[in-house]
Amino acid sequence: MPIEIPKDKWTGKVRTITLGATAAEGGTRARVVTVGGEASMPYLHFENPTPNPPVIAVEIKSRKPADWSRLLEETWGEAMNDPAAWAKAAEAAGADMLVLWLTLEDSPDEAVKAVKAVLAASGLPLAVFGPGQAEKDNELLVAVAEATKGERLLLGICEDKNYRTIVATALANGHLVSARTPMDVNLAKQLNILITDMGLPADRIIMDPTTGALGYGIEYGYSVMERLRLAALQGDSMTQFPMLVTVGFEAWKAKEAKVGQGVPEAWGDWQQRGIDWEIGTAMALVESGADILVLRHPQSVKRVKAAISELMTA
Amino acid sequence: MALSGIQIYKLLPQTNCKECGFPTCLAFAMKLAAKQVELSACPYVTEENKAQLAESSAPPIRLITIKGAMGEVKAGNEVVMYRHEKTFYNKPGLFIRVKSAAGVAEADAYKVNYVGMDFTVDGFAVEAESPAAMTETVKAVRAATKRPLILLSKNPDVLQAGLSALPGEKPLLCGADASNWEKVADLAKSAGCPLAVSANTVDGLADLTEKIKAKGVEDLVLDPMTTHLGKSLAINTQLRRLALKNTRSVGYPLIAFPCDAADELAAASQAIAKYAGFVVLSEFRPELLYALLVLRENIYTDPQKPIQVQPGIYEINAPKPESPVLVTTNFSITYFAVANEVEGSGLPAWLVVCDAEGMSVLTAWAAGKFDAERIAKAIKGFNIADKISKKRVVLPGHVAVLSGELEAELPDWEIRVGPREAVDLPAFMKQALN
Repeated sequence: MPIEIPKDKWTGKVRTITLGATAAEGGTRARVVTVGGEASMPYLHFENPTPNPPVIAVEIKSRKPADWSRLLEETWGEAMNDPAAWAKAAEAAGADMLVLWLTLEDSPDEAVKAVKAVLAASGLPLAVFGPGQAEKDNELLVAVAEATKGERLLLGICEDKNYRTIVATALANGHLVSARTPMDVNLAKQLNILITDMGLPADRIIMDPTTGALGYGIEYGYSVMERLRLAALQGDSMTQFPMLVTVGFEAWKAKEAKVGQGVPEAWGDWQQRGIDWEIGTAMALVESGADILVLRHPQSVKRVKAAISELMTA
Repeated sequence: MALSGIQIYKLLPQTNCKECGFPTCLAFAMKLAAKQVELSACPYVTEENKAQLAESSAPPIRLITIKGAMGEVKAGNEVVMYRHEKTFYNKPGLFIRVKSAAGVAEADAYKVNYVGMDFTVDGFAVEAESPAAMTETVKAVRAATKRPLILLSKNPDVLQAGLSALPGEKPLLCGADASNWEKVADLAKSAGCPLAVSANTVDGLADLTEKIKAKGVEDLVLDPMTTHLGKSLAINTQLRRLALKNTRSVGYPLIAFPCDAADELAAASQAIAKYAGFVVLSEFRPELLYALLVLRENIYTDPQKPIQVQPGIYEINAPKPESPVLVTTNFSITYFAVANEVEGSGLPAWLVVCDAEGMSVLTAWAAGKFDAERIAKAIKGFNIADKISKKRVVLPGHVAVLSGELEAELPDWEIRVGPREAVDLPAFMKQALN
């Protein structure tokens, strides 16, 4: 007698959310990306089909970063000096969308200029993240949001310290927010409640549960994401948002990826290890439910996309 | 199938002798059903009923051990789908596939340290075409390593040749499939070795395990025969689910072969996170192995226990005697936060990690696990004074309140209060410590 495969029956599913707006929709994007909609744990197609594959975003910066690994500098080269050129290179590398990370040195005018240059250079949907200090993020992101009304940009980092300002400007200018909380199911849920209470429609929220790199706390992010997805499937409306993870930022901070000298010989070849560290971090999080992965290295983009296309077929 | 309390009660003597420590046999049965006591507490249960009860209380995934000339690798005994539900117990063994002894000694000697723990390769999977080649290769590999082995062949004669060269060991035979299972099962039975069975469907695997079990071989491992990421995730998940629902025919650990996958790292990461018990890699590549060993450690960390780093002195950026001494706790995330910031700054420092039972600075302080006495004990116990020229120690800002007590504990030391957050350490070290 054939064995019956047990299937989990879920009542809830993750919201389907579209980033970017084409000319017809009030923006200027050549295409949009749609994420979410999952009604099972990741890639269990025998239970429910996975409607949208996770998307790969490539991280670029408004100014050439001083602290990036030499491996990344070598691969992006001159393009790192110019956000528009970098955006084009990222698109050529296979990005589904771009994340433009602003810096503390940017003035609001410079930030707007960089965002406009990127929007002009690439038709991909765009996320714009502030440098991560609440006040500076507010200053830059409000200016950017107003100058790009209707683009359905993803604005971050929207956290408990500054969500009011970011959500208000997203609401007024037709953008989305990336709601970031520090590796905790309840904090993630709470921030989503606060944001929706302000009147931002739920189809304009992505959540960033924060993760650690491989070897640096990835298991916390991994389990929080599994628990958030389980809660979403069980019908908890305020956890039913697609998840974004800043894999490149975390992985390339780890010394395993970042540096080639003064590290144990047992760590092996640096070039390969750096990329492996980013891919290893990415794949663990893909399988725990990530919908948007922000990567840094073109090789990682290529290999993670190939792996995702395998996961998407049964 | 797990028995209910009432079903267990029927198999007990029903004399209410109380020697087990419970007032009635029924009370004892209920505790047994809840797995809160051991059956051995009952001196009067019959051998026959004992066997039946043992079978019903067997773990849903059988524990399988591969024994080498030295050491062993265990897989199985898992009880949950997701690590946060309890924990994953037996870390999947990482084996390297070899067709000769070339490079085996080097891989065998490989050792890498991650937060105070040393990790190595777990064993080797030997593949050969003919019995003579298997004998020769196994002998050569055995001369280079004592670690547990997997023998890879569908030919019973080749497996037999490998087994004969490994007296006293229990390698994993890999293995049996629909065409060869009878001969291979006989071999596994006479050698008392674990046996991997290969089939590409759940039904195919269950069919084989039942036939092989009927021949008296119980130590089995399942090979779902796919390296395709979508397919392997689906079948591994289905097998784990069925096993946890007490489907005995698939209640065995899984073996995965990322060595044959399109992307070995992606396949091996999935195998580690999603239910494999043994993982076979294509070659010895330190950078890949290190990433996988770290991932395995992370995924198999008990989520109910904070991960800890070894208490001790950590040298950051090659410190000199005049470099500052910083103190923190042994909660791994705390350690990483501090170590990463200091390392990233390029400033040399001695980082003294105190045993605070794996708690972060504030939590440990509140719980009384990170007080002046403990810090002083670490400073003295690790003999940091022998390495430095300036007796000055920097406390985390969150426990500034301890500085007075610490001065009393360490009278000849200068006590400084550092920043609350690790991110502010580099600036503090540059400005305040010079």
